[in-house]
Parts: sequence; C-alpha cells; structure tokens
Amino acid sequence: MGRLSVNLCGIELSNPIIPASGTFGYGHEFAALYDINCLGTFSMKGTTRQPRFGNPTPRIAEAPAGMLNAVGLQNPGVDAVIAEELPRLAKVFHKPVIANVSGFSVEEYAEVSAKLAAQPQVGWLEVNISCPNVHGGGMSFGTEPAAAAEVTRAVRNVTDKPLILKLSPNVTDIVSIARACEGAGADALSLINTVLALRIDLKTRRPVLANVTGGLSGPAVFPLALRMVWQVSRAVKIPVIGLGGVSSAEDAVEMMLAGATAVQIGAANLKDPFACPNILRALPGVLDRLGVNNIRDIIGGAHG
Amino acid sequence: MRQRVFTIIENSPLTDRVSLLRLRGDCSEIQRPGQFVDLALPGFFLRRPFSVCDWTGDELRLVYEQAGQGTARLRDLPAGEKLDLLTGLGNGFDLSRAGDTPLLVGGGSGVSPLLGLARRLRKQGVQPRVILGFGRVEELFLTEDFYRLGLTPTVTTEDGSFGIRGLVTAAMDVPHSFLYACGPLGMLRAVSEKSPAPGQLSLDARMGCGFGACMGCSIRTVNGPKRVCKDGPVFDKEELLWDD
Ligand SMILES: Cc1cc2nc3c(=O)[nH]c(=O)nc-3n(C[C@H](O)[C@H](O)[C@H](O)COP(=O)(O)OP(=O)(O)OC[C@H]3O[C@@H](n4cnc5c(N)ncnc54)[C@H](O)[C@@H]3O)c2cc1C
Ligand SMILES: Cc1cc2nc3c(=O)[nH]c(=O)nc-3n(C[C@H](O)[C@H](O)[C@H](O)COP(=O)(O)O)c2cc1C
Ligand code: FES
Repeated sequence: MGRLSVNLCGIELSNPIIPASGTFGYGHEFAALYDINCLGTFSMKGTTRQPRFGNPTPRIAEAPAGMLNAVGLQNPGVDAVIAEELPRLAKVFHKPVIANVSGFSVEEYAEVSAKLAAQPQVGWLEVNISCPNVHGGGMSFGTEPAAAAEVTRAVRNVTDKPLILKLSPNVTDIVSIARACEGAGADALSLINTVLALRIDLKTRRPVLANVTGGLSGPAVFPLALRMVWQVSRAVKIPVIGLGGVSSAEDAVEMMLAGATAVQIGAANLKDPFACPNILRALPGVLDRLGVNNIRDIIGGAHG
Repeated sequence: MRQRVFTIIENSPLTDRVSLLRLRGDCSEIQRPGQFVDLALPGFFLRRPFSVCDWTGDELRLVYEQAGQGTARLRDLPAGEKLDLLTGLGNGFDLSRAGDTPLLVGGGSGVSPLLGLARRLRKQGVQPRVILGFGRVEELFLTEDFYRLGLTPTVTTEDGSFGIRGLVTAAMDVPHSFLYACGPLGMLRAVSEKSPAPGQLSLDARMGCGFGACMGCSIRTVNGPKRVCKDGPVFDKEELLWDD
C-alpha cells in the first residue's frame, strides 16, 4: 500500500481523489488530457432508467466562488450506458468505477442499480437521493429518513457490491438521514450534493436558470460540506466520502481530517480540467509539511 | 484542447462596447476558424468563452463585447498581464464545404470569427461574400479588416446610419453556394430560413466547462442531444431544431 492509498468498502484505492458525478462525464474528455488511471477511481454521470435530455437551458449560472447547475440528469439511460459507455470506458480506464444512480421511484432505483451492479467494471454503486434539479424524484428521497431507508433497502436487495448513498445538504438534520441509510444496509455515504440556490438576472429581472433554481457547488460550499462530513462521520460507523468545494490538496486533507475516507472533486474539474492531477501532485508535499506518513492515518483526525 | 498561458499584447477598445484583445502564446491547438477559447478571469469562478477571431503564429486575436461583470474586468487588464486559456475548443467551420461563392453573415460580436474564416477562405482562393450587421454606425468594428483581405463587406445598420438600413437579412438576396453565420439566435434563425443554400451556424450557450464534461450547454438536434461546446459551437443548418 502506498502512502496515499485508502480502502473504500474493501476495495483499495491508490489514492483518495475521486472526480464527482456529473463533472467528469464518462471520463473521455479528461482521458484526452491525462492518464485518468492516476485517479483513485471516478463517479460516472448519474444514470436513470430512460434516456433524459434534462432541463431546458440556461442550465448554468455563476456564483461568488462557485456555480449553480440545473442540468437535470441528462444521460443516455442505463441500457446505453451499459452497451456503449462502459465498453468505451474500458479502453481508457482500467480500475473499478463508481456507477451513480438516480431515479423517480424506488423500483427505478432498484432496477437501474441491479443492471449496473452486474457489470464487472462497476466497483461501487453510488445512489443519488439528493439531486435538487429534478421534480418529483431525486431529492425527495433524500430529505426523509424513512424514504432514504426504503431506497437503500431496495438497492441493497439487488446487489452485494459496495453501496454508497449520496446525501443532500438540503435538510435540517443530515445525521438522521445518514443513520437511516446505515441502518438499511448502506456500506458508505457520500456528501454533499449541491445546495439549492438561485440567481436573478438584473437586466431581465428573471431567474438566470430556466429551471429557476439550481444546485450550488464549488469553494462556496466547502465549509458547509466540511461541517456535514464532520457531523455524519461522528454518527455512523460506515465510511464517509467527503465532497463539496474541494479544490486543493489542502482542502482534501481538511476533508479527511473532518472524517472523510476519500474525497470527491466536482466543480473544480470544470474550472480547471487538470484539477485532480494537480491535487494528486501536491498531496505528498502537503503530507510532508504536516508530518504525516500515510494519508489514511489522518481520516477523522480532527475529532480528537 | 490544451490549457495554455497567454500574455496580453494589446487590449484596446474598437467601439464603446467592443474591444480587441491580442494575446501571445501557443496557438498550435487551434485548427479551424469558428473554434473558441475559454478564458479564466481573476476573481471569477467560471471561464468565459470567446470565439477565435483570428490567429497567426503565436498571436491570438479575440474581440469581446461588454456583457457583464467578467467582460468589465477583462477590459481593465493591461498589456503584460497573463491569462489562463483553454484553447482549441469546439469544432469550428468546415471550409471544405464552401463552394465557389460562400456567404458569410455576422451580427454584433458574431462578426468576430468570420474574419478568421474569411482569411482562410481567401487562402483557398475563394472569394466569399460578407454581410456584417450592426445596430448603428458607431458600433461598427472589424469592417476594415475585411477590406484588407480584398473583400467588400456589405454592412447593415438597424437605424440606417451606415450601409443598408435594417437587419442582415435585408442584404441577403445574393446567390451563394454555402452559408456561414454567427450572431444572436434570432438572427441565425432568420438567416437560415432566408438562405436556400446549405450552411453552418455558430451557436452561443451558457457553459459550465467548455470542453464537454458537464452537460451544461446541451441542445436538441435532429441527431439527438448535442453539446454546444464540444459537438459545436458550429452546427449544420439542417441539424438544428428551432421549435424550443
Ligand atoms: C462559443 C462562444 C463564443 C463566444 N464568442 C464571443 C465573442 O467572440 N465575442 C463576444 O463578445 N462574446 C462571445 N461570446 C459570449 C461571451 O461568452 C459572453 O458575453 C461572456 O461570457 C459574458 O461574460 P460576463 O462576465 O461579462 O457576463 P455576465 O453576465 O456577468 O456573466 C455571468 C455568466 O454568464 C455567462 N454568460 C453571460 N452571457 C453569455 C453569453 N452570451 N454566452 C455565453 N455565456 C454567457 C458568463 O460566461 C458567466 O458564466 C461567446 C459565447 C460562446 C458560448
Ligand atoms: C454540472 C454538475 C452536474 C452534476 N451531476 C450530478 C449527478 O448526475 N449525480 C450526482 O450525484 N451529483 C451530481 N452533481 C453533484 C456533484 O457530484 C457534487 O456532489 C457537488 O457538485 C458538490 O461538489 P463540488 O463542490 O466539488 O462540485 C453535479 C454537479 C455539477 C456541478
Ligand atoms: S459546457 Fe460543459 S458540456 Fe458544454
């Protein structure tokens, strides 16, 4: 095991740096720039049963130190992901990948998860019960402990592969949702998804996004994400993947000190396509400066 | 696509609202006119996309209009300042389809990429017809650059203060083999409907990444969903759906 390696639900990652779902496509844009096998793994774009075009445009707005998106889960549908994207991915990425799943009903979550879990390339399922940009699905499952547990149980029933539940920050008590998922059989939690937000165009006096609201991410949400990772990792025994605004090696270390076993990088990839390799290159130096040998030794280190 | 640092050689106003930005750096990734760059601005999270106006050797020219806070900041940056660019983005215009008498139609800041296109068509020995549309005479820019290529652009102004009064469509009754157009969506649609020839249109979209990763810029086409940043910004006229 190298000094950057961590174990995520029984699968060893050569490092804890993982591009987040929706900001890395299926890897190809980045594979054209660098060898993406340097990453611990990555999380593929959220997949649903049916192909989805997503929301009307504009889907993107800027924020101080971040961005809003209302993409609305554009994806080709689970069958096309399996028939086309995974074989294409196999040519450029040779590690287990995270399949990110979304749905509009408990049955859809279970069906899509079962199909993806059956693919040998898929190492983990990450079930997104937190997308703020689709109506009548997504986030509603992530805002109620009972509904979150129901989705977790349904997916647990169809796979033995490591099951990650991705949590929404748009709740009053994230710990109760986290505990419900753990109780229903989740192997890990990832948090946070984007924070429900709004921008208004002063000239038109209308919301910038066609969807009206969108999800805020980027450095703006980092302290909020850190607080939630801290709270959740204290309350559960399963590993937590920390994300939300991470854009430097220092941020990644801070996230791990708060309790994260691994770290996902989202919006930073969009601003700087080399964000992940740059973080990876900087990490050993940061650990040296802090007198840390192995990165896994700092997980939860701030809890005392 | 490449990430490269460019140095500002010149950043000067062409009109009240439009400026020329000359940059020095590695342009090798730019293959075709109609491609764009995504420019990081100090103090802003998202990059700003701008069409390549023209490029030669290690000099890149952009033309930008005042739109909001980012372009206001850009206007203040002095020569010597370094800028982080993603270059060689998007597909660009297909010059092989020009035919003998291509027509280039640009409106507002959409005039910019047509200059690089016109220069390369001239190099192929093709003499394009050019129509440039502006609001009023004070807003004209780049028109002399087209003259310098040996072309005589037809200029339209909405208020009639220069050239033909009206929109670019008022000047389009000329036979042409192929249409190349860039400008606001309403103009593109009108131009596309008026032209009987096949053609390519360069679209604008709000972008998250500019290189195909986020699905922020998607449009529906007859060939399914496409990303303006990666599958475009140039689309075949016949491929576009105008209903939404
Ligand atoms: C492929 C492409 C090529 C372009 N080429 C040119 C060009 O050559 N010259 C030129 O003047 N303009 C061009 N634009 C438009 C230019 O990108 C915007 O005017 C600019 O981003 C506005 O930034 P701002 O910070 O001043 O505006 P703000 O309104 O403050 O920007 C807020 C956010 O909205 C985005 N945004 C605002 N208006 C637009 C727009 N019209 N298109 C896309 N994003 C927008 C900004 O990028 C930023 O993320 C192009 C756009 C695209 C997509
Ligand atoms: C453009 C965009 C698309 C996203 N799509 C998804 C998605 O499909 N599934 C998902 O679980 N999260 C999605 N997210 C959320 C991110 O994975 C991440 O949770 C969030 O952006 C916070 O991390 P960040 O601040 O590093 O971006 C998306 C985020 C962005 C910016
Ligand atoms: S702007 Fe990200 S895919 Fe086009």
